[in-house]
Formats: sequence, structure tokens, C-alpha cells
Amino acid sequence: MTKTKTMKLTLPQDELMSCGHLACQGCGATLAMRYMLKALGQKTVLCIPACCWAVIDGAYPHSSLDVPIYHCAFETAASTASGVKAGLDMVGETDVTVVAWAGDGGTFDIGLQALSGTAERNDDVIYVCYDNEAYMNTGIQRSSATPYGAWTTTTPVKHFKTRPKKDIVAIMAAHRIPYIATASVSHPEDFYKKMIKARDIKGTRFFHVFAPCPTGWKSRPEDSVKLARMAVQNGLFPLYEITDGENWTLNLKLKDKKPIIDYIRLQGRFRHLGETELQAMQDEVDRKWNKLLKNCGAT
Amino acid sequence: MRKVIMGNHALSYGALLARSQVIAAYPITPQTQVVELLSEMCADKRLDAKFIKVESEHSAMAACIAASAAGARTFTATSAQGLALMHELLHWASGGRHPVVMGNINRSMAPGWSIWTDQNDSLSQRDTGWMQYYCSSNQEVLDTVIQAFKVSEQLLIPSMILLDAFALSHTYEVVDIPEQKEIDAYLPPFKPQIRLTPSEPRAFGGLTSSEHYFELRYKLQKDMEMAPALIEETGAAWEKKFGRWMGLVEDYKCAGADLVFVTSGTAGYTARVAVDELRKEGIKAGNIRVKVFRPFPFERIREIAGKAAKVAVVDRNMSYGCHGIFHQEVKSALYSGDVHPPVFGFVAGLGGRDITLDSFREIAAHTLSHKRPEDDIVWIGVKK
Repeated sequence: MTKTKTMKLTLPQDELMSCGHLACQGCGATLAMRYMLKALGQKTVLCIPACCWAVIDGAYPHSSLDVPIYHCAFETAASTASGVKAGLDMVGETDVTVVAWAGDGGTFDIGLQALSGTAERNDDVIYVCYDNEAYMNTGIQRSSATPYGAWTTTTPVKHFKTRPKKDIVAIMAAHRIPYIATASVSHPEDFYKKMIKARDIKGTRFFHVFAPCPTGWKSRPEDSVKLARMAVQNGLFPLYEITDGENWTLNLKLKDKKPIIDYIRLQGRFRHLGETELQAMQDEVDRKWNKLLKNCGAT
Repeated sequence: MRKVIMGNHALSYGALLARSQVIAAYPITPQTQVVELLSEMCADKRLDAKFIKVESEHSAMAACIAASAAGARTFTATSAQGLALMHELLHWASGGRHPVVMGNINRSMAPGWSIWTDQNDSLSQRDTGWMQYYCSSNQEVLDTVIQAFKVSEQLLIPSMILLDAFALSHTYEVVDIPEQKEIDAYLPPFKPQIRLTPSEPRAFGGLTSSEHYFELRYKLQKDMEMAPALIEETGAAWEKKFGRWMGLVEDYKCAGADLVFVTSGTAGYTARVAVDELRKEGIKAGNIRVKVFRPFPFERIREIAGKAAKVAVVDRNMSYGCHGIFHQEVKSALYSGDVHPPVFGFVAGLGGRDITLDSFREIAAHTLSHKRPEDDIVWIGVKK
């Protein structure tokens, strides 16, 4: 008998997310959820505020996830997670991972106060922000995670966004919580490993996950993973970790940092930009990249 | 144990005796002592509870709802602006059927900033699907916390316990604090049939189409309609055990009365003194103190007020562009009855102005000197 050569799997095969969910084609947020649940397993409770995932999961009485979910108010992902953790502890279920799972609007904007409260108290929850860089669930309006230059329905091309993206990771680092990580749907093994690591840490853990949105970015669904990878490789969305608010580790060093232009060209939301604006975007990416290298002691 | 305590601490002792498991709260004058004492009780292990020191009232209610969904008994307290900030989550608690119990100190809404009492904060929340209990004494506050948990957890509807700012929250009275074992025998632990647990994965509160939403609301109302009987029954069991009245409506000398005041909160106690004084002067007066505002005790109001020659409703609140809020509700209760005594509406004591014995004398004089109401609002004590 000949031995069949099998591919070596880098992630567990078990799925806690089923087919039949309601996401758009090429949704990055859907991949992010799938990878996270592979790491955390069944002993997980999710707190999901208003965001794409409040719809993706499926309408009552259905759910595409095999873990319990509390669908909470927009501003309350973090405070709901704090409450679930306290409640489960009091009824004796102390071994459950409680996750707040919110989009960039629910994290960078309306939910920031509650997130800050939970982080300041260092409540024992994992907070995951899947960032698709706008209010995609309501139909592509700008959030404070929308990057400079981007078109959205509230930043039309004649008045595109002129302020940079809010630095949520720096804000969270200032809270000195035990663990912060960035992750991208283009690097599932990295995301998985970080989740496993976070699962075993006590206190507030924060993930900033890059999750392309073909609908809002005016990109092709089949390019989502490619776009996510490009953002990592051109330094726009670097992969790094911060422990205790001050120990920065760069997870993926870029020997040959690529320019962002190819990434920009694959998306309709930047189509209106001229040379000056594109140069401003490249300068901002370089500035932030150099700052990150400094923080990571990698200069 | 009998102890001289303030109204706010009566709430704390109620939450302690009920064995609250999760408390999430944010301070606001005049509520602060409620959570200060609970914080101490948690710290010195008198109370085995998680106290989440949240950064806002909005988060306080979110955390209470979430802990309740996980199967824990939850308590919080707030007042005025804090309650208004919670407004969105009040709908979430009742819509999600989480029996959270909350103390609210009735404080006037700003601007102008006022820390003194009226009821517009809680009455603005009347359509959120919460039960509301308006208390008149510190003893009643403590007793009501425990009964509110009992009723709420059977119906899966949250409860709000109301205290007039300063007039009750900061007033010291003798309160009988029952033994823990007596309360344990009366109030069983909270064991919801369905809760958030990985052993039985369910999605709570997700997207609900018009195929199902209507029925969820119908069920909430049907369960709320069961509340009056359950509150009376729960109160009767309490009275049997502790000898203290608890129910929907307190009837004070209303039988055969020519004039019946309808009051709530601490004004209800002043009204009783006024009734005694007026009776000495030959005026057959009585007082209905509405303890439970939601569910509104329509039947009891019809039974008692319907028999009076005249009804004078005293509101420490206003629905601007309409009338006093209890006034509206009493009229609507009587309209569907067989008899329709004239109902006079009085607005008094907004922003903490005292409602005194003289206020009731003025109300009585006005009511008795008019055959029927000429205005829907008679302002008592306003400087014109």
C-alpha cells in the first residue's frame, strides 16, 4: 500500500461556525470569527453589539455559531462582557472565556467609554474589534477607524475623510492591560496562536483584527485575503503584540516593505485620490511604521 | 433586628438580604449611600457578590442585564440623569426578560440642576416595561426590595423601587431588618430555566423579524397583566410572616368618603395626617396611596376611588402639554368603570418643594368648593 501524502494542517479542523450565515461574499469579519472560535473552543460566550455580526449570525430563532451569544446594545459590548463574566463566576461557571466581539464603530466610537471602563478595571474578558474601517452594517458611513482619504457615504469624494484613523491600540496600551494584539485574516496561524495565548491570560485582553469589507471598500470579494495580506506587508496594518502596556513585540518583520499603492489601487474607495493625497497616505504609513519599530526596539 | 437607618441604606439592606449576586453601579446624588454601603458589605464579605464599579449608569444596567442573563441575581441603584442615561437599557432588560431590581431615588431632571425630589425621572420610564413601586417609608423600601425580586423572578420582568430624594432617601427611621434565614425561607435562589451557558448554546436577543417580534411583546404584556395578583399574593404572604402590609394600593379611610386624595411616595404619608386632621373638622376625607404604578392597579382604583364623591389626584410630576401623570391614569381607570366621580388634578412639590399639611388643606378646599373640575391642572404652591 502506498502512503498517501497529506497536507499538514496549521489550524484545527473543528468548526464552531456553520454555513448558512448571512455575511456578504468575501467578508473578512466572518473569517476572523471562524479562526477565533477554533482557538477558544466551545467554552466561550460571545457578547455582540450592533455591528455586521449582529446580522451575520442569523435571525431569531437561528444562529450560525455553536456557542452562546448575547446580542447587546451598541455601546455595551465591553460592559456586557464584564457582566456576563461576573454572572457566570457567581453561578460557578468560572472556566468560560467571555468575549466581546464588536466592529470598529462599536469599539473606536460609541463603545469606547465602556471599553475603557472594562480595561481600567482589568475585567477578565477578551475584547475583539474586527475592523472593516467604517459603519458597514448601516451601509458604509465613516467611523473614526476610517482611514484618511477614504470615500464613505458620509465622506463623499468631494469631502473625503481628512483626519487619520484613531490609534485604538495606543489608547488600549495606555490602559496597561495585560495583553494586546493585532491580527489579520490573511495570517490565521498568527491570529490563532495569539488567541491561544490570550485565552490563558487573566484580565482584559484586546485584539485589533483587520477585516476587509468588499462591499464598503469597493473591492472584489476574492481579493479580501489578498488585501489583508498586502496591508500587513506594506506596513499599513503591522502584526504586533503589547504586554502590560509597554512591552511591544513585532511579530512580522518586513525586510522589503512594499509601497501602499498596489493596495490602494485594488479598492474603489480611494479612486478619487490624486498624487498628493496618496503621498500623504504613504508618509503616514511610514511615520507610524517607524514609530512602531522604535516601540518594539527594532530600529 | 431593629435599627435606625436612612432610606438609601434600607435599599442596601434589602439587596443584602435578597442575596444579590452581582451589583453594578455608578454614584449619583442622592443615591450614593446605597452603593457605598453595598460596596462595604461586599468588601467585608457580609454579601457574597461581585461588585462591578462601572464608569457610567449605561454600563451599570448593561452589566446587570448581562449578569442576569448568565443566571445571577442582580441589583443596582441610580437617580434622575443616571436613570435617563440608562433609558435604552431599561428596554433591553424588559425586552430580554431579565429580572433586574433597581432602586431609583426620585430626583428632578436638569436643567436647572436640582438634586431634590419629583417623579419625572421614573415616570419618563413608564413605558419601558418595568414594574414600578413608589415607597413611603424606609421599612417599606427594605420590604419591597425582597418582594420585588420574588415577583420579578417569577414573571421575568424587571422592577424599579422609588424613593423621594431626601424626603425618604436621607431620612432616618426605625427599620426592622429581618433575619437572613427568614428571608431565605421567603425568597428562593434565582434559577432561570434558560440562561447563557456553553453547555446549552443559544443566541439571546438577536435579529427578530416581524414574524416573531409582535408575539414577544404580546407575551410581555400578558405576563405584566399577571403581576397585580402576584404582587398582592406575595404581599399577603409577607404580611402573614412579618405583620406589615404590602400590596398595590393603600386604602386609608376611603370607605364612605366625600373626598379621596390619590397620592404616591412620601406625600402619601402626609396625606394620611391630612385625612385625620380634616376628619376632626368634620370633612369625610380618605387617601389612596398608589404603591405600584406599573402595572397600574386599574381594578383597585375603580373599587376604591369609584365609590368616592370626589377624587383629588396629587401629582409630584408633570407630562408637559398634558396633565399630571397619575391624574391621567386615574381618570383612565375610572372611565371604564360604572361610576364616574369628578377627578381633580393637582400638581405640587416639583423640584423638592415641600408638600405639607397646608397643601392638602388647600387641595381639599378647592375640591370641595367646586362641583366639577374647571381646569385639568391646579398648581399648588407655585409662585405666580
